[in-house]
Amino acid sequence: MSALLEVDTISKRFRGLQAVDSVSFAVPKGGIVALIGPNGAGKTTTFNLIAGAIRPDSGRVRLDGADITGLRPDRACHAGIGRTFQLVKPFGALSVLENVTVGALRASADMAAARQSAFAILERLELADKADIAAKSLTLAERKRLETARALATKPKILLLDEVMAGLRPTEIDAMVRTFADLARETGIAILLTEHVMRAVMALAQHIIVLHHGQKISEGTPQQVSRDPRVLECYLGSAASHA
Amino acid sequence: MLYLNIIVAGLLTGAVYGLMALGLSVIFGVIRVVNFAHGEMMVLAMYAAYVANRQTGIDPLLFLPAATLLLFCLGYALQRGLINRYIARPDHEQFLLLLAVATIITASLLMGFGPDARNVQLQYAYDSYEVAGLLFDKVRVLAAAGALIGVAALTAFFRFTRTGKAIRACADNQVGAQVVGLDVKRLYAITFGLGAACVGAAGCLLLLLIDVQPYIAPDYTLLGFIIVILGGLGSMPGALLGGLLVGVSEALSAFIIEPSFKSALSFALLILVLLVRPQGLMGRA
Amino acid sequence: MRERRAPDLARRRAAALALFALAMAVVPLFASTYVVSVLIVVLFAAYFGQAWNIVTGFAGQLSLGHALYVGLGAYASAVLFVRFGLPPWLGMIAGIVVAALVGSIIAALSFRFAVTGVYFALLTIAFNEFTRILFDHFGWVGATSGLFLPVANRAHDDLVMLRGSPVMFYYFLLALSLGALSLSHFLLRRRIGYYWQAIREDQEAAEALGINVFRYKVAAMALSAAMTAMGGVFLAFYDNNLYPDTVFAIGRSIEIITAPIIGGLGTLFGPILGAFVLATLGEAMTQVSSGFAIDGLKQWCYGAALLLIVALQPAGLWPWLERHLGLAQDRR
Repeated sequence: MSALLEVDTISKRFRGLQAVDSVSFAVPKGGIVALIGPNGAGKTTTFNLIAGAIRPDSGRVRLDGADITGLRPDRACHAGIGRTFQLVKPFGALSVLENVTVGALRASADMAAARQSAFAILERLELADKADIAAKSLTLAERKRLETARALATKPKILLLDEVMAGLRPTEIDAMVRTFADLARETGIAILLTEHVMRAVMALAQHIIVLHHGQKISEGTPQQVSRDPRVLECYLGSAASHA
Repeated sequence: MLYLNIIVAGLLTGAVYGLMALGLSVIFGVIRVVNFAHGEMMVLAMYAAYVANRQTGIDPLLFLPAATLLLFCLGYALQRGLINRYIARPDHEQFLLLLAVATIITASLLMGFGPDARNVQLQYAYDSYEVAGLLFDKVRVLAAAGALIGVAALTAFFRFTRTGKAIRACADNQVGAQVVGLDVKRLYAITFGLGAACVGAAGCLLLLLIDVQPYIAPDYTLLGFIIVILGGLGSMPGALLGGLLVGVSEALSAFIIEPSFKSALSFALLILVLLVRPQGLMGRA
Repeated sequence: MRERRAPDLARRRAAALALFALAMAVVPLFASTYVVSVLIVVLFAAYFGQAWNIVTGFAGQLSLGHALYVGLGAYASAVLFVRFGLPPWLGMIAGIVVAALVGSIIAALSFRFAVTGVYFALLTIAFNEFTRILFDHFGWVGATSGLFLPVANRAHDDLVMLRGSPVMFYYFLLALSLGALSLSHFLLRRRIGYYWQAIREDQEAAEALGINVFRYKVAAMALSAAMTAMGGVFLAFYDNNLYPDTVFAIGRSIEIITAPIIGGLGTLFGPILGAFVLATLGEAMTQVSSGFAIDGLKQWCYGAALLLIVALQPAGLWPWLERHLGLAQDRR
């Protein structure tokens, strides 16, 4: 199992608060890894450190052997990071297809090819019938799919999904889980996700990393992690209310 | 000594600029709307003071409380009735809205008074004090004193009164303010009213120093922008500091280079600050 | 359904545009000198609005100082013509280069230092005003007393030296405006147009999709400035006199942006429609208020009309008209 994404002892401090503290982990090629932890554990900060929105104070991030530490977000994207935002950021005035085409233009400068690949991704994410609708009039569940579709269109090596299931109904969650499982199996793309919805995490992730107060306190298979007393103590108690 | 005199005159005028800009800064700091009609509102107050002086002979300084109240009401009504609907709209729509307000104010003044310059005749217009060899024009001293009182009063309001604290809470966190039951709409209206009241007072004070005509308004709107950006948008001490800086830079460049050059230095200063320290001299990053 | 309706709509839009272009092309054959002069005002406003629309409407960066680029284009070509007898087409190249450079520098400085939104808008005003005051003291180009071009010989139109009748300027401006329309239409369908709109809608998301936000914002400003300067050249040779206080006036910057906002910011046809509405409004006000001889009445009505438009159609008139003409894409 060779590592695609390697996060090597990264740390980030905000005004006296140690948001991420010497965290290391790896995501193998084609693997689905979940980053979990209670609110404020440092999950989104870790995402931002990987995707270049924030520079780490120390530590390295490597993708497919290349050092991408502290790269600007657009460069990180070119290096192969595709990310979504926890608070979705659709290009509201553009149509759904145009939104995804913007992403697809990363991989291909040819407009027709970009639109075609964008449309294929919309079909995969079951948004094709909304292609001509303005993104601002989508429902939350659809916006989260759009967010994923757009990131996917940049042809990333790894997809970073920041709570794409939060706020969705159970049937919608099951549909998303199926989509991602198929996606990883069929395209071989790696996925790193943060999620509060335990039902999705347990169904999707092959490997789980648990953060608490910016530190990694446990990692392993879903079975291992869910039996880890430290995790139960600090996390599952509070997570039960979210699931 | 001559330079010192010029600097003193600049500082005194600058205090009035500071009060005017403070109004702009307060409005932006809380409501996040740039009042593109700020200079126009001040010129409106200047005409009010001018008319009062013409009709009754009242000194603009004594008319100041009335002008302040008048502009407060105008600002309150404007925010409540018109601007509040646009606070979440894109910048360019707010700009167009306030441009329309500014155009209407200037046009109304033009219809009422024509394009000619007007001023008030004061008996003490040419009096001055001499302290330690420095010359202080009486009108400038009075204007600056009035401006400083205005700044102090507004600062005290925000620091000590319930409403003032509530407005500050609103500025920090609008959603939070709504959650704890603050009437944000009313607080915004009061804020805009206070911002307008600042130019109400500043207009009366400025009328002691300069002639008024409708077309000077955009220049003062611009001047207000320069000052608040120099000092830091939303920072109250910053507005005063920016006003003093611009007052001095105008006075010095008018004297050293030539009068028509006086605002060039202010703009150069503004460009420098925006590029080196975009949050302004006293603004938070 | 999508596939069936789209070409039909495209055809109707093309037909409407062709009709408009044709109507504009034949108007000078029938219209009076007065109508032509009003239409020249419309075309100037439309073209400057189209140029500004690129940086603000497409790329979402609010510039409030576009008179700066009008002035640079106007002065560059006029000075080279007056002092060295160079044809304005060469001066235009100089003006375009200078304006694009200045625009890029202003954009690069502010975006590099994270000056955005309202701050960027105020910075553009500051550079505009600063330049105006500089030109006020720039003796070689006439300073405050102005720069004058030899008055045109109306007997024949000199297309090289841009000396000629208003009708000649009318056709140049019409070509310019239609050119800007085609360019905008073309760019919006290319990668650069998609990227500009993405940046306008959400800069952070745009960056995460691999867009070099800085480079595309600077490019938008450079192109917009260059196009504005081109219009400035025609303004100089049409007006025949240049004063810093009118060419670089903040009032002009505001005029430039009013038409596209009223017509519909970021739309292709908005700036043209807005220019027509504003000029018609202005002329109507002049006609009406001349009967009363009251200072300010015209401006008052103008302000009231602005207020009405921003209250009723804050997104601009074109999206509304487009729907009513059946030319809008069905996008709920």
